[in-house]
Amino acid sequence: MRGEVIAGAVAALFIALFLYVAATDPGAEWGGADGEAEGVIDHLTDGSYEPWFSPLWEPPSGEIESLFFSLQAAIGAVIIGYFFGYYRGRRSA
Amino acid sequence: MEGFLPHPWWEIWYALSLPVVVYGIYTMNRLVKERRETLPLLALAGAFIFVLSSLKLPSVTGSCSHPTGAGMGAILFGPAITAVLCLIVLVYQALFLAHGGITTLGANVFSMGIAGPAVAYIVYKGCAKSNLNFYVSIFLAVSLADIATYLVTSLQLALAFPSATGGVLGSLYAFGTVFAFTQVPLAVLEGVFIALIFKYVIQVKGEVMVKLKVIDEKKLRRLKGVVQA
Repeated sequence: MRGEVIAGAVAALFIALFLYVAATDPGAEWGGADGEAEGVIDHLTDGSYEPWFSPLWEPPSGEIESLFFSLQAAIGAVIIGYFFGYYRGRRSA
Repeated sequence: MEGFLPHPWWEIWYALSLPVVVYGIYTMNRLVKERRETLPLLALAGAFIFVLSSLKLPSVTGSCSHPTGAGMGAILFGPAITAVLCLIVLVYQALFLAHGGITTLGANVFSMGIAGPAVAYIVYKGCAKSNLNFYVSIFLAVSLADIATYLVTSLQLALAFPSATGGVLGSLYAFGTVFAFTQVPLAVLEGVFIALIFKYVIQVKGEVMVKLKVIDEKKLRRLKGVVQA
């Protein structure tokens, strides 16, 4: 049980940290860090850098993008669930 | 970040990653052929990379990033095989999500699939040798690997975009603030989470971990005893 309690406490702390920053920093946009890095590149090169290649395909909307992110998580989650379900079940059989 | 790594850097990172991936594919094939019983754990390690690298989490900097999930694979199978697992996820994200990129694939495989996992592997082996508590070892290995990945990403960008005033170090500081600092709370969370997952893995597949030389027989018995008590 101790492991679960520690993990739960750390997760609660993580959420509390988010709530704290969200409440104290109204300027927080919660964008992706890679987007911010592109901003840093822009700043370092005085806006002269142009990406020389663009993605072959881009999700046409935020909805479609979240679809693929969810799908990615779901594929992983199914495998994890199958793994633990199968081997735990076999152990107790 | 597609197209954001200029010539010659994107080629350099491809060149550095390629041999590791080729070696990883070779060792992975051999492992699965010779020790069929490791296949479920391999799938599990890959699955955790899939799940964790899809979770964009908010951090103290007011921006979001995602954990890598690569630490588990590195502890179980070493960095080369983990590089192959990461490659699969990175290609998925580059093709379907416009996240990462094909031109930056070499650099991303290097930071997420090679540098981070190498740190995890070395830290874990070092901790195991010094007889540190198993779960604390996992936590340290996974967390440090996560941070190392983003430090290397920062370094890759800093090398390609040295600051006019501060040089590579100046840029490293700028990119490090964006990436590595954001990553710290996420890395802690990932480390704790994966350590907990290992508690369950030990219960169902501990004997395979012994075969993979992740832990020895004595330690496994002790850990199982602790779990059941």
